[in-house]
Amino acid sequence: MNKSITGTALLVLLLALVPLAGSRYLIYLVTEIQIFALFALSFNLLLGYGGLISFGHAAWFSIGAYASAILLTTLGWPFLLAFPAAVAVTALAAALIGYFCVKLTEIYFSMLTLAFGQLVWAIAFKWVSVTGGDTGFIGVAVPEFLDSPVRFFYFSLCVVLLCATVLWVIVRSAYGMTLVATRENRNRAEFIGVNVRRVQLVAFTLAGTFAGVAGALFTVFNHSVFVETAWWSTSAEVMIMSILGGVGSFVGPVIGAAVLIFLDRTVTEYTQYWPSVMGVILLAVLFFMPTGIAGFLNRRRGGTRR
Amino acid sequence: MFDNPVLLFIQLMNGLSLGMNLFIISSGLTLILGVLRVLNFAHGAFFMLGGYVCFTLVGAFDMSPMGFWLAVIGSALALGALAWIIERLMLRHLYHRDHLYQLLFTYALVLLIGDLVKVGWGSSVLSVSFPPGLDGATNLGVAYYPSYRLLLCVIGVLVGLGLWYFVNRTRAGRLVRAARQDREMLESLGINVGRIYLWVFVAGSAIAGMGGALAAPAIALAPGMDAEIVVECFIIAIIGGLGSLGGAFLGSLILGLLNAFGVLLIPEFEIVLIYLMMVLVLLIRPWGLLGKPEAGYR
Repeated sequence: MNKSITGTALLVLLLALVPLAGSRYLIYLVTEIQIFALFALSFNLLLGYGGLISFGHAAWFSIGAYASAILLTTLGWPFLLAFPAAVAVTALAAALIGYFCVKLTEIYFSMLTLAFGQLVWAIAFKWVSVTGGDTGFIGVAVPEFLDSPVRFFYFSLCVVLLCATVLWVIVRSAYGMTLVATRENRNRAEFIGVNVRRVQLVAFTLAGTFAGVAGALFTVFNHSVFVETAWWSTSAEVMIMSILGGVGSFVGPVIGAAVLIFLDRTVTEYTQYWPSVMGVILLAVLFFMPTGIAGFLNRRRGGTRR
Repeated sequence: MFDNPVLLFIQLMNGLSLGMNLFIISSGLTLILGVLRVLNFAHGAFFMLGGYVCFTLVGAFDMSPMGFWLAVIGSALALGALAWIIERLMLRHLYHRDHLYQLLFTYALVLLIGDLVKVGWGSSVLSVSFPPGLDGATNLGVAYYPSYRLLLCVIGVLVGLGLWYFVNRTRAGRLVRAARQDREMLESLGINVGRIYLWVFVAGSAIAGMGGALAAPAIALAPGMDAEIVVECFIIAIIGGLGSLGGAFLGSLILGLLNAFGVLLIPEFEIVLIYLMMVLVLLIRPWGLLGKPEAGYR
């Protein structure tokens, strides 16, 4: 317990020092990792804790991204209002769609989340006047105080840390335990009076909300939104990040996001065949490291899973 | 628009031929989904690879009048062989694991095959010419329609009938149906279920390869074409019912016709309509229009 607090504090300190290294590339890289780490953390609330295999998590990321772009630019709202509003829009959408999704289980749940995710993509793709369609939403009105990479770095660091802390508190709470119980045995949880659907709906909404925060950050980071973000492969990627890092531990998805983004940026400089590299990594994880990097390290340390 | 019967007829034919083409591909997926219960994202990649293998084989059989048809058979065999290797070496070690691992395994295949196509055939758009004698149009009384697309409709129906006969009227088909229903029971009766899984995966993938080869003259071959087709196959499998052959047939027709007439009714937003339909079917009848409800959904 104490060890992990010290570790986290050290990591945060190290992250806070990154901009001092003076490398613009490093600042961009670590900012992107922060954003995707939050995205993967939100996804793992569903997968790791709730045992829910969602194949439409890209929807929440992109709804957050588009909502913040539209609120900031098209409607010209001030940032401090637009950012929370974009998150609220995502939360609402996740609650609404989640209500339908948690009615189904297993393969059907995955398929329904995929269908809704693709629906969001189709709307973003075709509603050109609002989203920019295929060309993307370009030229987002980013507020002045976030217009420098360093300042945005610290802003996103604060937001991501805050969200991660909230998520950590959630999974340690009685609610988090109940969610794990529904994953372990749905029937038994129901027998002792847990409203499984409601517990799952809350998880779905929370996961969607935090993914929306990540999406909104990504918009400000890129100054634009592209429709590819909403395509199903983004949902697959966040799944790979979680599995690679390890769905069985809280920090696993963060590790997975960091490793995958870092490798992506590095490998792409040498070859266009990054997908193959990702495919091989994925195979290696599936066959040789089923508990992911975090699980692997834990076992080496002699610790237990979860 | 609706006062033009010729246009309507052409759209109807477009919908039917698209639907039949989709059926050829998705019948393979629905076979795999029904028995292995694997959300096989690689099915689209097998389809794409089938198209590219056909492109190469057509070039190799250039002089022969039957060249194209040999290439179609060759693509099916090549993809079946590839699926055999993948199943024996890797996939079968994942059957006892969570759904998620199998799903991600097939996604790894998507990534690898996507790059394989880029390495092997380049990133530019390729096309396969129509087989000799089928590059013209046929007079259907109301209008002329491309002969090759017409033939696709016929092949689709033949594939459907052939598969139906196999699944419902042969001993091997009975085993496949049994594996779909209760794996453990079948195993305890002394049947090698692993072999059934293997051959279902091989057959389903061979059908995907054949579908890619047959589609090749009607579409353009380009990397990335697999991502869309696999989602369409999922939509069909869901609408029809997981593992239901008749359902896949119905789903393919619905999707094909919706595509053709959606363009007329609400241009631009027909794609939204298709995903909306998938959502509605899942909410109202998650087991699909022609599928059977499973435990927990009754």
